[in-house]
Amino acid sequence: MELLGYYNYWVFAIVLMVGFYAVIVRNNLIKKLLGLAIFQSAVFLMYITMDKVEGGTAPIIQEGVTDQIYSNPLPQVLILTAIVVGVSTTALGLAIVVRIKEAYGTIEEDDIIAKDRES
Amino acid sequence: MNPSEHLAALQVVVPFLAAPLIVLLQARRLAWAATTLTSLLAFAIAIALTHGVLNGQDHQYFMGSWPAPYGIELRVDGFSAVLLLAITGASSAALLAGYHSLDQQIEPKRQPLFFAAWILALAGLTGIVVSADAFNIFVFMEISSLASYVLVAGGPDRRALPAVLKYLIFGTIGATFYLIGVGLIYMMTGTLNLADMELRIPEVADQSPVLVAAGFITVGLALKAALFPLHIWLPNAYTFSPHVVTVFLAACATKVSLYVLLRFDFFVFQQNITGHKLQFTVFFMSLAVFAILIASAVALFEKNLKRMLAWSSVAQIGYIMLGASIVSLAGLTASVLHVFNHAIAKGSLFLAVACLAMSFRGLRLGNIAGSAKAMPWTMGALVLSGLSLIGVPGTAGFISKWYLISAVFELGGGIAIFLTAVIVIGSLMAVVYIWRIVEHAYFRPPETDAVVREAPLGILTVTWIVALANLYFGINPELPVALSESAASALMGHIR
Amino acid sequence: MTIIASLVIPLVGAIGIALAGRVNANFRESVTLITAGVLAWTVWSLLPEVLAGGRPAVSITEIVPGIEIAFRVEPLGMLFAALASALWIVNSIYSIGYMRGNKEKKQTRFYTFFAIAVAAAMGIAFSANLFTLFLFYEVLTLSTYPLVSHKGDEKTVRSARVYLGVLLTTSIGLLLPAIIWTYVAAGTGDFTMGGILAGKIDGPEVGLLLGLFVFGIGKAAVMPVHRWLPAAMVAPTPVSALLHAVAVVKAGVFTITKVIVYIFGIDFLAETPSSNWLLYAAAFTIIAASVVALRQQNLKRLLAYSTIAQLSYVVMATAILKPLAEVGAAIHMVAHAFGKITLFFAAGAIYVASKKTELHQLRGIGRRMPWTMTAFSIGALSMIGVPPTGGFVSKWYILAGAFEADNYVAIATIIASTVLNAAYFLPIIYFAWFEPEQPGAENDHGEAPFFAVLALTITAALTIGFFLFNATAIELERQLVSP
Repeated sequence: MELLGYYNYWVFAIVLMVGFYAVIVRNNLIKKLLGLAIFQSAVFLMYITMDKVEGGTAPIIQEGVTDQIYSNPLPQVLILTAIVVGVSTTALGLAIVVRIKEAYGTIEEDDIIAKDRES
Repeated sequence: MNPSEHLAALQVVVPFLAAPLIVLLQARRLAWAATTLTSLLAFAIAIALTHGVLNGQDHQYFMGSWPAPYGIELRVDGFSAVLLLAITGASSAALLAGYHSLDQQIEPKRQPLFFAAWILALAGLTGIVVSADAFNIFVFMEISSLASYVLVAGGPDRRALPAVLKYLIFGTIGATFYLIGVGLIYMMTGTLNLADMELRIPEVADQSPVLVAAGFITVGLALKAALFPLHIWLPNAYTFSPHVVTVFLAACATKVSLYVLLRFDFFVFQQNITGHKLQFTVFFMSLAVFAILIASAVALFEKNLKRMLAWSSVAQIGYIMLGASIVSLAGLTASVLHVFNHAIAKGSLFLAVACLAMSFRGLRLGNIAGSAKAMPWTMGALVLSGLSLIGVPGTAGFISKWYLISAVFELGGGIAIFLTAVIVIGSLMAVVYIWRIVEHAYFRPPETDAVVREAPLGILTVTWIVALANLYFGINPELPVALSESAASALMGHIR
Repeated sequence: MTIIASLVIPLVGAIGIALAGRVNANFRESVTLITAGVLAWTVWSLLPEVLAGGRPAVSITEIVPGIEIAFRVEPLGMLFAALASALWIVNSIYSIGYMRGNKEKKQTRFYTFFAIAVAAAMGIAFSANLFTLFLFYEVLTLSTYPLVSHKGDEKTVRSARVYLGVLLTTSIGLLLPAIIWTYVAAGTGDFTMGGILAGKIDGPEVGLLLGLFVFGIGKAAVMPVHRWLPAAMVAPTPVSALLHAVAVVKAGVFTITKVIVYIFGIDFLAETPSSNWLLYAAAFTIIAASVVALRQQNLKRLLAYSTIAQLSYVVMATAILKPLAEVGAAIHMVAHAFGKITLFFAAGAIYVASKKTELHQLRGIGRRMPWTMTAFSIGALSMIGVPPTGGFVSKWYILAGAFEADNYVAIATIIASTVLNAAYFLPIIYFAWFEPEQPGAENDHGEAPFFAVLALTITAALTIGFFLFNATAIELERQLVSP
């Protein structure tokens, strides 16, 4: 039962591997980048999971309330930054793919390698 | 307010503030001037910081005066000083050389944006080095990486695009691994400050999340550092990026990741995880040996000048890691020393290549045949820095080889003989690939009848200054040796 | 001060030559000659002090604690520097005749790198520790590369590659680890009377370290690291004469001698059986190289193999580990230098005058080039060790040392090699003087250019002169073993 109790972490691991698999296996550059985005999202999930305190509420200090348990706000702040980073990485990656399409006329990795070999 | 107290923060803040201003400058020469000035200013700050470190004071700075571990701490010691000098120095030299070299490769109207990305990369790299906060390091790492993807993709060669995408994917995977590791450690210790982490980790050291974190952080950073066999993104990224970008990145980018790797490993894991020292040594020593031998061997057969030097960089990372993997004072000194010396040697080599590229379209060995006749100064600088890469006495490269072999000898026994043989064989392979360049440049007749002229005086001057630094630090290595020794004793000080 | 001057003078000369070369050739050659003259005068001015037992020293900079660039003049280095600097003058005279007579290209580069090589040789001679020695050892290797590859064609470049490859491989691969090992074991690399390694290492390690040194010092050409020397013969003859008969190769055996005397210590090696192999390796090289020389058809290659054999004489004499033999080793460096430079000068003179390089072309050449062939004969007799030549003196001392040590291997080797030397040199002399010339148009030539003949006459005179006036050198080298 204990193993199932960590199901958030199981999901994290599975999503991580799904993304990683896509990055490695996909030939299409857009799909590769999607895999990368999934890969990063898994980490967001991990950070969100770990800040959860059982029975905790949003970390807002109210006057007069002293025995309240709060969730840890720090990982959320951290992951907000990481999400921004993730979005910009994906955006930059897609921009490069657009330029690859312009330069090579394809976004399949094999074709690009073949074209490079010709030239 | 005394500005010298804020040097550590200024090191990062100055380039960051300059970045948006540079975007606003429309004229490319103006943008270039602003960028170069900023970079030189950063270099001056790095020198001032180094000066302080040499006088025995480590800079510690708390952002917004929040004390650690609550606030973000910046810290500069001997190891950081070496890196800061390498980063800001390489950036300044490359930018000065870029005055002539960049016009060929980047359209004038895109240059201000290019320079903005450059200065962001500079800010990010220095940020990684001064930061003492694990998550902050991640953010700076991503800033520098994103900016350097843009820089690498800036060149006219379309092959840069797939190369940079590969760089981006590998870089992101590495950074994400690092992020996972940091998250796990935060989960176990509740802190992100490296020094604080060191205090809190012993209680939980042998629990599985910490072990997993050690694995993720090590592999993730090794990936970013292009440590063999995780180097496959590096050769193409260096080969197809604009020449001065290669100068900048080859001199410092991978080393910054190595810096974080060593910091994490020695401050946090080394003394706390059972058996970590042994694993660290066995794992990295064998990888370093493979890196030296295999990457050098590949460089032997490489025909493209830039790619040959890029493979050589992979081998040189092996030397740096070999020193560290010994886990001794002498070994770490050699390692940090080689970070510094290799930055100068490879920097001036790639600068010389940038000079060659002013006159030659292709950079295959055949293309540059006979170039020494028309470009004696360029080839002179190339040979001089090549000698430093080989490790000929009187050059900076020799000093680090000397330290490295001495450190290996301290191990004693068969392993000492084996590692000495590896270092020596690696150096000899460097002789061979450098000499292939020399023979092509000096003894082969030119391929075409095209008129070749010596590179412009500006870029040549920069190249020679860096090339002569190889000689200077070969004869008078007091500065890097002092910094390396202080860095090594700081790192070893955390091992009980 | 004088020590630093003797390093700086050739370097300043090199710059001067490079600049003067832009003006005109006569000016450039004058600069070379003046530099050589000033250098010789400077170096020789150190001699009285060293003879009187003084050991002038100077430290330039401490690179890192324990490792410094420093110079110290001791008898062996004094002899080497005096020899090289004096012969540079003669060689420069010869170069003028040879390079002009042959209409060589890129002469400015030639003279410039020559001066740098001489500066490196001075650095090796005066170095006070292993580190400094290694520094200049590598400078010498690199500065002679452009000289060896001077011609620049495919074949030359390939030979130059062998030259550089062997020398750098051995020095980085074996010598550098040996030096670092020494520093780690003894804590210092200073050349010290009596050695620094006694008690620091023992048993088979001594033999291993000695092996690293001997084969790491590729310039001494102990087999099997001799391949670079025949390869270097593609260089213009003045290079072969001064560098590959005197400066470079002597730097090699000089370094070996210095390592044995000042790093290991004669007594320490004598009581360590694991170091005995050196004598046999040297003896083998002497015999093997002589046999190979016997089979050569090309004059310069024959001289190269003869050099390999003669170098191992020095190594073997050192390895006998007796005071008299050490003196003999040092004297042999001088005697061989005079003789071999004469032989190379003669070979180059023949080439300039007639373009002849092979032995069978030399029939009857003595009548056309009497001066050259007389000098050649004197040089050859010195190689064999016949009085009244310098070669006799050094062989005498080496033999005396071998008898003192009751070392019959060394004695037998010396006798056998004398026979072999005679077997390959006497026929050349005989054919040159007493056989009739073969008819043919290529024989229509006279004596070599004046400067070349002048130079080889001087060195031939020195070869005989050394037989008569060697007291100073011997007195100097006695201090090597008994201060």
